[in-house]
Amino acid sequence: MSLLEISGLDLDIHGTPILRDVSFSVDPGRIVGVIGESGSGKSMTAFTVMQLLPNGAEAAGSVRLSGHEMLGLPEAELCRLRGNEVGMVFQEPMTALNPIRTIGDQVAETILIHEDVPKAEAMKRAREALNRVELPADRFPLSRYPHELSGGQRQRVVIAMAIALRPKLLIADEPTTALDVTTQAQILALLTRLVREDGMGMLMITHDLAVVSDMADEIVIMQHGRVVERGACPGIFSNLTHPYSKALLAASSHVPERVERAGQAPLLEVRGVIRDYTLPRKTLFGAPVKVHAVRGVSFTLERGESLGLVGESGCGKSTLTRAILGLEEVQEGDIRLDGEPVFDGHRANRDVRRRMQVVFQDPYGSFNPRHKVSRLVTEPFHLLDDPPRGAARAAAIDEALISVGMRPSDKEKYIHEFSGGQRQRIAIARALIIKPDLIILDEAVSALDVQVRAQILDLLADLSAKFGLTYLFISHDLSVVRSITDRVMVMKSGEIVEEGPTDRVFDAPSHPYTRQLIEAAPKLPETA
Amino acid sequence: MLRYTLKRLVSLAVSLAVASVVIFLAIEVLPGDPAAYMLGVNAQEDTLAALREQLGLNMSGWERYSSWILGLLQGDFGTSYTYRTPVADMIAERVKVSLPLAVYALVLSTVIAFPAGIYAASRRGRPGDVAIMGVTQLGVAIPNFWFAMLMVLVFSINLRWFSAGGFPGWDAGVLACLKALTLPAIALALPQASILARVMRSSLLDTLSEDFVRTARAKGLTRAQALRRHALRNALIPVLTIIGLQFSFLLAGAIIIENVFFLPGLGRLIFQSISSRDLVVVESVVMLLVFAVVVVNFAVEIAYALVDPRLRAGR
Repeated sequence: MSLLEISGLDLDIHGTPILRDVSFSVDPGRIVGVIGESGSGKSMTAFTVMQLLPNGAEAAGSVRLSGHEMLGLPEAELCRLRGNEVGMVFQEPMTALNPIRTIGDQVAETILIHEDVPKAEAMKRAREALNRVELPADRFPLSRYPHELSGGQRQRVVIAMAIALRPKLLIADEPTTALDVTTQAQILALLTRLVREDGMGMLMITHDLAVVSDMADEIVIMQHGRVVERGACPGIFSNLTHPYSKALLAASSHVPERVERAGQAPLLEVRGVIRDYTLPRKTLFGAPVKVHAVRGVSFTLERGESLGLVGESGCGKSTLTRAILGLEEVQEGDIRLDGEPVFDGHRANRDVRRRMQVVFQDPYGSFNPRHKVSRLVTEPFHLLDDPPRGAARAAAIDEALISVGMRPSDKEKYIHEFSGGQRQRIAIARALIIKPDLIILDEAVSALDVQVRAQILDLLADLSAKFGLTYLFISHDLSVVRSITDRVMVMKSGEIVEEGPTDRVFDAPSHPYTRQLIEAAPKLPETA
Repeated sequence: MLRYTLKRLVSLAVSLAVASVVIFLAIEVLPGDPAAYMLGVNAQEDTLAALREQLGLNMSGWERYSSWILGLLQGDFGTSYTYRTPVADMIAERVKVSLPLAVYALVLSTVIAFPAGIYAASRRGRPGDVAIMGVTQLGVAIPNFWFAMLMVLVFSINLRWFSAGGFPGWDAGVLACLKALTLPAIALALPQASILARVMRSSLLDTLSEDFVRTARAKGLTRAQALRRHALRNALIPVLTIIGLQFSFLLAGAIIIENVFFLPGLGRLIFQSISSRDLVVVESVVMLLVFAVVVVNFAVEIAYALVDPRLRAGR
């Protein structure tokens, strides 16, 4: 008998159908990957197993976890099973832990809730659980608070909480989506090791085909609340039958068609840029500690080129971006666009500023929800001394919207009426409207589903060909950078450690850190 | 934690120094002759001269400020112009009423608000929540002096459980005093408890939707356990802020209730000294209240740090 047996599961939330006829099973010691885009119902499937559904949810069908029918089980019974028979790991490690309680306390709580043992005994076992997730006692005493740990370390604490009682099933809901590639690789290796050691079953939920293809024994592909395809991994990738699964695989490895037009003339020149931050003093009389966010970065971006900047969180790429945009002054060095300095004294140079625009990661947070699209996309006009008015303004809005594949009539709508992909198109329209030379794409496709991401990448390639745009493409996602850039720079601890033509850097990395990054990035299996 | 506390102490001292200068400037240095102001328009020239002499107005501003501050530090608050008694004694007499009243009201408000807010949050949208939200809405809306008079009508005049006003003095015994303060404390606590309960509820609801509460539920905690062990302490910060503000208000702003119940408190002292233009008293009482507010804020900030380890680390 399977450890987890889901059959004919339907779920409605306030009458809206979320899941329809979902069936699959997880056997002990096996890893089942559930893949789908946002809204496909993959996370809701996990929450149905845990019976931690939002109010107004009604489930029908059957979810059997080691013999218990979870649907309709009384709450007290469910509390006995959660944490004991089934543990869960979540997407967002930064907020998944209680900020005001120590990690030891929180791991021990799993044990104390389910077993009648003295506190000291529970703390001892919490220590063992933390050791198992590779948080050794000398560096990570039980008295640590979550804010003293990095994202990857916090995720390890969450995993320790989930496995402290050696549950039979572990559910991991996008456990590495918020993490850097190298951290992601470590967490995935850890999860696989724990599953093998304990003979646990694991339900691994993700939007990233590459992440599961390495580790899963079986794959379930979901769309619109239904299972469209399932099969053993990696075999399934070579003979996908459902059109959606094929499209998903194609989108994951999509490379937009683009013309290389590099090396005309330098557009952006960055010379010896240094940016330090001073941290508050640790002791009353000690010297203040300095953090070198960017230390001596120099590069040139040619007109019409697409340059990638990759690096993990904290490497200084955001600080560098802010400096290029004139949002943050640098202590040393020089940043010039077409020969003009980005800084005019202590202020951003407006003449330069209007020639570059930025598109940010978050398609939800980067718009004012109270403004109509027409006002949102014309925001950069404040950089112009004589912004277009009346008919000229309307024409500019229409042109910008059409060029990103939206309709002119969309300008009368508010931003909440659009999906994430559409919002990102509007963000690009906002950048295009003052016809900049340089567009900085700061993780601009990282929050999008794979199919939408493929469309946006195509759009960017088209626009660059059409308007002769120059891109600085900042991302932690190596496969995306590889598909859209001519040249790439790898940044680590505030320095550019490697730089060169994209294909050369990816095929024959010379710096050990670049090799490590490429190594860690999850890859799709080769399909014929 | 020590660093954090030291930092707060420094900011406390700076706030007090700035406040003292502002109060001094507002009352003594701004245009107009304090002596003329205190005596009114029909004062005789020689009376004015005598008062100026007495108030030390012929000294320079700096000399007057330093002697005022030095006096304050030694507990010498000057002499009331109207009553010809040391201000320190007058204030001490009033604080004996106002401070217990403020503490009493605050304790009542907290004791009512915490359970009400927690209960409402844990049954969001259900009848218990709706009822508590309705009652607290009413509590915020009703003017407290009207509620006070209503209580006097019911409990003093009809039932004769409490006296309608006045304060027997601490010599009459603690119980008698508490009894005299009970109705005023309830009147003061009602709106405060209503506000606090609403803040508690909304802060707790915010915290309950946090990811770590879901993590706690996935560990096998019941809804109530997750609320008690994880959400509650995290929800306390805004509640502590409100409690701090309320205490300052209760100490200084109880004047209407003091008048309804004929209580000789600080609020009435300020009111009387303003009406009789007794600036020496006004100045000292205001400074004392500023001191109280600043000290309460300090206490609240220390409480923040006790609740949240991220603040303890001291950034």
